[in-house]
Amino acid sequence: MADINLSRITKSFGDYRAVNQVSLDIADGEFVALLGPSGCGKTTLLRLLAGFEEPDGGVISLGGQVVADPQSNIMVTPEMRNLGIVFQSYALWPHMSVARNVGYPLEVRGLGRAERDHKIKAALDTVALGPYADRSPTELSGGQRQRVALARCLVMEPRAVLLDEPLANLDVHLRETMQQAFLDFHRRTGATMIYVTHDQAEAMAMADRIAVMDKGHIRQMAAPETLYREPADLMVAGFVGAGAVLPISNVSITDDRTCSVRLGDTDVAARICPNFVRNRAAAHAGQAGLCLRPEDVWVDDAGALRGSVEDCVYLGGRFRLSVRIGQDRDHVLPVYANRRARIGENVGLKVSDGWVFDRMQGEAA
Amino acid sequence: MQAVSRLRGFWPGMITARSNSNRSSDRLLYWLLVPVFVVSILPIVRLGFEGVMVGGVPSFDYFRDVLGNGSTWQATANSLYTAGLGTIISLLIGGSFAFLVALTDVRAKAALVFCFMIPMMIPPQITALSWVQLTGPSSALLNAFGIAPAMGSPQPLYSAEGIALLLGIQHASIVFLTLRANLRMLPREQIEAARLAGARGGRLWWQIILPLTSPGLIAGTAMAFVTALGNFGITAMLGIPANYATLPTLIYQKLAGFGPSVLGEVSVLAMLIGAIAICGVALHHRLLSKRDYRLMGMVGRPLDISLGARRPLIEAILWAVLVAILVVPLLALIATSLVPAFGVKLNFDNYSFAAFREVLFVQPSTARAFQNSFMLSVGAAVTLVLVCLPLAYVMVRRPSRLTKLINLLVEVPYALPGVVLAIACILLFIRIPLLDVSLYGTLGIIFIAYLARFLVIALRPVMNSFSQLDPALEEAAQACGAGLGRRLRDILLPLAAPSAAAGALLVFLTAFNELTVSALLWASGNETLGVLIFNLDDSGDTVLASAVAVMVVLVVIALMSCFQLASRRLPKGVVPWQT
Ligand SMILES: Nc1ncnc2c1ncn2[C@@H]1O[C@H](COP(=O)(O)OP(=O)(O)O)[C@@H](O)[C@H]1O
Ligand SMILES: [Mg+2]
Repeated sequence: MADINLSRITKSFGDYRAVNQVSLDIADGEFVALLGPSGCGKTTLLRLLAGFEEPDGGVISLGGQVVADPQSNIMVTPEMRNLGIVFQSYALWPHMSVARNVGYPLEVRGLGRAERDHKIKAALDTVALGPYADRSPTELSGGQRQRVALARCLVMEPRAVLLDEPLANLDVHLRETMQQAFLDFHRRTGATMIYVTHDQAEAMAMADRIAVMDKGHIRQMAAPETLYREPADLMVAGFVGAGAVLPISNVSITDDRTCSVRLGDTDVAARICPNFVRNRAAAHAGQAGLCLRPEDVWVDDAGALRGSVEDCVYLGGRFRLSVRIGQDRDHVLPVYANRRARIGENVGLKVSDGWVFDRMQGEAA
Repeated sequence: MQAVSRLRGFWPGMITARSNSNRSSDRLLYWLLVPVFVVSILPIVRLGFEGVMVGGVPSFDYFRDVLGNGSTWQATANSLYTAGLGTIISLLIGGSFAFLVALTDVRAKAALVFCFMIPMMIPPQITALSWVQLTGPSSALLNAFGIAPAMGSPQPLYSAEGIALLLGIQHASIVFLTLRANLRMLPREQIEAARLAGARGGRLWWQIILPLTSPGLIAGTAMAFVTALGNFGITAMLGIPANYATLPTLIYQKLAGFGPSVLGEVSVLAMLIGAIAICGVALHHRLLSKRDYRLMGMVGRPLDISLGARRPLIEAILWAVLVAILVVPLLALIATSLVPAFGVKLNFDNYSFAAFREVLFVQPSTARAFQNSFMLSVGAAVTLVLVCLPLAYVMVRRPSRLTKLINLLVEVPYALPGVVLAIACILLFIRIPLLDVSLYGTLGIIFIAYLARFLVIALRPVMNSFSQLDPALEEAAQACGAGLGRRLRDILLPLAAPSAAAGALLVFLTAFNELTVSALLWASGNETLGVLIFNLDDSGDTVLASAVAVMVVLVVIALMSCFQLASRRLPKGVVPWQT
């Protein structure tokens, strides 16, 4: 086990920068999710870490050992990095039995037969595949194949386990079971895990911290609740969780954590991004955005903010409405309500909380 | 303090050294290109040298003479026509066989594939001989039934279309084998997905299966075309009587003419054939590079598309084609080997095994030729597969400008007519510089020429299967700590084994009967089977030649049966005709 540090890593394919100046510090034993839309460079970043791609610039180190640094001409090959990888396509070898697939890392290290068999059995038992040891991987279902791939990582006691969208090929039910399996695995082994996904719910449910990527950049790296409550920029606010970002022009800053913004005819108390407070010029230049999550806004007939209901979904215990608001009716807010509402009905809204940040942050890059 | 900083400086240094040694194991692979270059490309370069040197000074005189001559361009056009048409025929026959056998539920697949391999094992000149004997007025078989054409009527095969037909039949197995190795790797899921999406019948074939298998289809087509382009046996046996010259026969006629300028002119003609072959292959690579249809997912479960009510009809057609292209010419060959004298009508009273007795027990050269050909072809097949696995890996996974060039150039020794390659080998190896030994007149020079000539046959199927493998399979092993050698041995070799075996078998079968290369390189005691048959036929002993040819076919069938019996112990898919 080891901590992982990436410093200003860049990787281009032709003119296209798939990974652009990415810096990451991952602590030993941490479960980090790499979240972003498809094509944003997640797989490339994972492959850089694993050593399948050589960075154009920047330094990667594992447990204090520099494994990639083009400037000093250092490039440790994947086979010397001792990282476990679970591929999206499983990458099991069809010509080997499940047991041999799992035991291959040990075979490569030249372990004795008895010790190998013992470890293979332990690993297969961990993923509940003990009875399948002698099968061919072609005879397994998707979830079972994924667990074999995980067991193969497990036996090599890697410094970290890298998983590239490991659940993307599985059905919803299996996905939940496997999520639990990954979490159990993480708790039991304490392994550092880097988990690539484009599914924010998956990332939020599993990770200690999430790095949100977009167009080769890391937009924000934080704990799931921080990402959700305090998104650093527009992309993160839109990508993580439901909600809406309203442009606001009138921000009166109370202190460096709170402020009051004018929404419609009412003043709303909200939290504000400390960086934004420091950069008052921007705050007053109409770059501010107010991020509202559904649980921040409730239907209240006395509410000064008015809007018309577009959609109403029963969630069990409460309703979620989509309410169109604003002078030009150009924003839709997801809102919770205790009662069903008619489509087109005019309702009042009460805003209890909000998050103010710089809408233009990161857009120039 | 100083110690610490020295230590810090020390660490990256260590790592650099390690990473360099890792990369140098990669570089080791590139050294493989050196013997490949020496054996396969240098002889051709040496021959090319003859074409641009006139009396020791560089000159384009030969180019001017040869390219300014109308007969050159006529022969080029004829070569393109016969090879092109022949390739289309190969593609139709071999392609439909491969698709039907690999993807549908036709019965007796093993028997079908087994029989389909046989035409390729019959040397081209024997194929031509048996077809001419079959269809001509003096046909032993047709005469036995009394249905031969009247004496003096023209032989229909003495024409461009006749040449193309036999080329097509001869090389259908090449398309078949390349495509089938490819089809084996088609994951069932991709076809099933298409069927679930509602694709059926023709749509399934045209929109899903054909595009997915197009790499194999294109590779097989290119190989069949290049083989047909350099074919001498068929174009000579059918073309010369019809006065229809192709580039290989033109070269042959030039060589027969002797004179001081022969080598130079042959060299220029050889370059012309080489250029056409390279164009064909370059086109093939262009087409392939546009389609990176790496087949994701599991391989291993074969497909069984149900043919339904049409199955008996399709099976009947398949067997009818086999009878036409295999059984009938083989019968003609057997009939000729049994007649008491060439041209005599065969019937149940006059058949005789005298020819077999003669070649088996009287002439010692037969056993010798069997032994020589066996050693040469097995040696070439084994050596080439061992070289091709790492070579194909370099070409597919570490492409560079150098490997791309080599990729094109290895095609040339195969595309050139065998005699041209033989001359090139003689020029280069008659006196090996530095070592000062001559390979001329030994089996060694034939062996080297075989390696040069058949490299590409072994290489293509393996390259094909490497380019189709999901790269994650190898990367997973790499992450497990397996170095290059281990990955080749544990992961890539077993996964490419079916293709490699198909390639080895192709090399073996082609080399076993090979004539045109060894025709110039043999010496007494070093004769190959092809040479033996040719010499017998050439000296008028057509019946003896047929007897040897029949025995060759029987021996090969026996060998194939041995493989069949051993197939249960071999890895899955190694024996190409096994399902
Ligand atoms: N080997 C490659 N050659 C060229 N472009 C590539 C290669 N690998 C990835 N890319 C490009 O880099 C971008 C990021 O790809 P990837 O890391 O796979 O995205 P993600 O995994 O986030 O979906 C994509 O635009 C992709 O087309
Ligand atoms: Mg990806």
